[in-house]
Amino acid sequence: MRVALFLTCVNDTLYPDTGRAVVKLLTRLGVDVDFPMAQTCCGQAHYNTGYRHQAEPLARHFSDVFGSDEYDAIVTPSGSCGAMVRELYPRMGERARSEGRGDGLATTLAPVVPKTYELTEFLVDILGVTDVGAYYPHTVTYHPTCHGLRSLGLGDRPTRLLQAVKGLELRALPGADECCGFGGTFAMKNSDVSSAMGTDKVRNAESTGADTLCAADNSCLMHIGGTLTRLKSGVRPVHIAEILASTEEDPLS
Amino acid sequence: MPAFPTAAREAVGNKTLRANLRHATHTIRDKRARAVAELDDWDQLREAGKRIKDETLRHLDRHLIQLEESVTAAGGTVHWAADADEANRIVTALVKATGETEVVKVKSMATQEIGLNEALEAEGIHAYETDLAELIVQLGKDRPSHILVPAIHRNRGEIREIFAREMSEWGRPAPDGLTDTPAELAEAARLHLREKFLRAKVGVSGANFMVAETGTMVVVESEGNGRMCLTLPETLISVVGIEKIVPTWRDLEVFLQTLPRSSTAERMNPYTSMWTGPSQEDGPSTFHLVLLDNGRTDTLADEVGRQALRCIRCSACLNVCPVYERAGGHAYGSVYPGPIGAILSPQLRGTQSEIDASLPYASSLCGACYEVCPVAIDIPEVLVHLRERVVQGGEVTRHGTRVTLRPAKGHAAERAAMRAAGWAFGRPGALRAGQRLASGTRRFHPRTLPGPGRAWSATRDLPKVPAEPFRDWWRRTNGGRAEKGDKK
Repeated sequence: MRVALFLTCVNDTLYPDTGRAVVKLLTRLGVDVDFPMAQTCCGQAHYNTGYRHQAEPLARHFSDVFGSDEYDAIVTPSGSCGAMVRELYPRMGERARSEGRGDGLATTLAPVVPKTYELTEFLVDILGVTDVGAYYPHTVTYHPTCHGLRSLGLGDRPTRLLQAVKGLELRALPGADECCGFGGTFAMKNSDVSSAMGTDKVRNAESTGADTLCAADNSCLMHIGGTLTRLKSGVRPVHIAEILASTEEDPLS
Repeated sequence: MPAFPTAAREAVGNKTLRANLRHATHTIRDKRARAVAELDDWDQLREAGKRIKDETLRHLDRHLIQLEESVTAAGGTVHWAADADEANRIVTALVKATGETEVVKVKSMATQEIGLNEALEAEGIHAYETDLAELIVQLGKDRPSHILVPAIHRNRGEIREIFAREMSEWGRPAPDGLTDTPAELAEAARLHLREKFLRAKVGVSGANFMVAETGTMVVVESEGNGRMCLTLPETLISVVGIEKIVPTWRDLEVFLQTLPRSSTAERMNPYTSMWTGPSQEDGPSTFHLVLLDNGRTDTLADEVGRQALRCIRCSACLNVCPVYERAGGHAYGSVYPGPIGAILSPQLRGTQSEIDASLPYASSLCGACYEVCPVAIDIPEVLVHLRERVVQGGEVTRHGTRVTLRPAKGHAAERAAMRAAGWAFGRPGALRAGQRLASGTRRFHPRTLPGPGRAWSATRDLPKVPAEPFRDWWRRTNGGRAEKGDKK
């Protein structure tokens, strides 16, 4: 199976370790991974802030880069960018049509929509694995990020994967389904509310006694992680891909 | 009203308010989840409610005309109000015609929306709120902060204080030695209000639903105060938004299941009052219905935003919203707070004012509101749609005419940044150059940011920029295949 890794611009720039973990994990599972070099950004920040028209060229670019038949699937370690492609690209095409601009955008975007999978979804639904042979001897609490939880409906896929990790003890996070307060530009436009939400998330994570807070989206982890270090918390924010990539021979340091 | 972020900042810093809100919203959201889980056909009910409302809105003109005919045939009088001023003028004239200077009120967000109490007061008519929470708000010279529980921001101690201090100004004083036990507070309110119910000749109400085929008004409530207001006065004036209509009695079946469970987490609300025109034997002998537009037809013209008119005012979205929980209802600067307020108010009032332009951003787009909405209003979708209106301007309908809005002020820097990001993301080479610049200068990155970034770095540490972006690693190691060997 040949897969295109859609890493997202945030991960590419700020969290390359997550990308390396995805490559390591998928390669271990026998998947042929490619990273199309021309990829940039799915346009989510533009779209969600109200710049739909400026998100359109980015969506077209995404389709140009990832729409190739040589890929069986497009895999991304980001629930919110996955949701952008799967949920919002069709909506963008629909809106363009209702504005009298024809089917062009919808037709361009259509090929990538059904092929795009968030990482845990791809592992469980397409590869059919829950035990990926990982080893991570830590106590972990899992934060299901909003877009993964509600837009993509990831359900218990991430926690099933985590439960199968050797040495890992999973601890339930109180108020797990509550937003961490990131929300893209919301974190800056409504900084006070965003910070209050982040602080509550951190307190909930601490209350579990876990040493690791895990999520499937680095944008949320950036917000939670920035709050964790500011509050001098000992909890470590880690992307789920890095836990799943970790093995006894080559553990996550 | 200041913009939402400013108003919210104050609320976030108020520990009592946050504790009151947190306790109340979490209690009710947990109860709601249990009440909804009891029904195995909840998803079908939600879909049915959405469909009924959408189909009704599509032919709203026809249903409203049928309603007018039914109400008139039942002996009532129908008035049409295009906006707040017209509605206030109509109600004021109707009250004046009775010669009364006092009215009792219940269950009407529509009258709050138009500022009816203030308009009546200006004409020497005192309007008394009789819903318990509304009474607390009115006595406290306060503003409502929740759709269902307008005094949610108050705790028992504060309510006792308000009753003891204010009740005597308005009628029967609070009993001596009033404590803050719920039973004593309820009894004080009961005695105070009973006096007003028995004296009132004019009642003003809203309605949760209007049934077009029979001209029936429906009010659902928990306290029975509404029943008093609807039956004791001689004249009843109901001010109702035009979107509250359902075509048939049969349609009510869906909403009488979804509304109570979504709002108070009850299987059925304690009081459901229905009336069709006036009655000569029992209840008011004169009935007026004021049908309020006030921006609703304009909202209907927007194909994305119109779904906000499906709202049945259950307030489930407020109770699950993490932003509402911390910012409180007052920060929304509207009688409709919370997620639904953030999409309804800027549509009914337009996005010109600072507060209305800030409301579409009063959300992290977490989607919890959409998940609980019993009529499946995709609130995040409408929020993003309204953000587009704020930053880009565009065609909207105001007062029945298509007008072109200019982008709101204060977004120029953001627009420039979005444009620059769009440019860079359109060119992988430019993105790579930017990443390399960021990595190359990582040792010099400041701990706090200037400009809009300051809001981030005030409470959160920035992530450290890595020495090498992923794409450079991929190229250098041939996707990891050459990683253990020599560097290329």
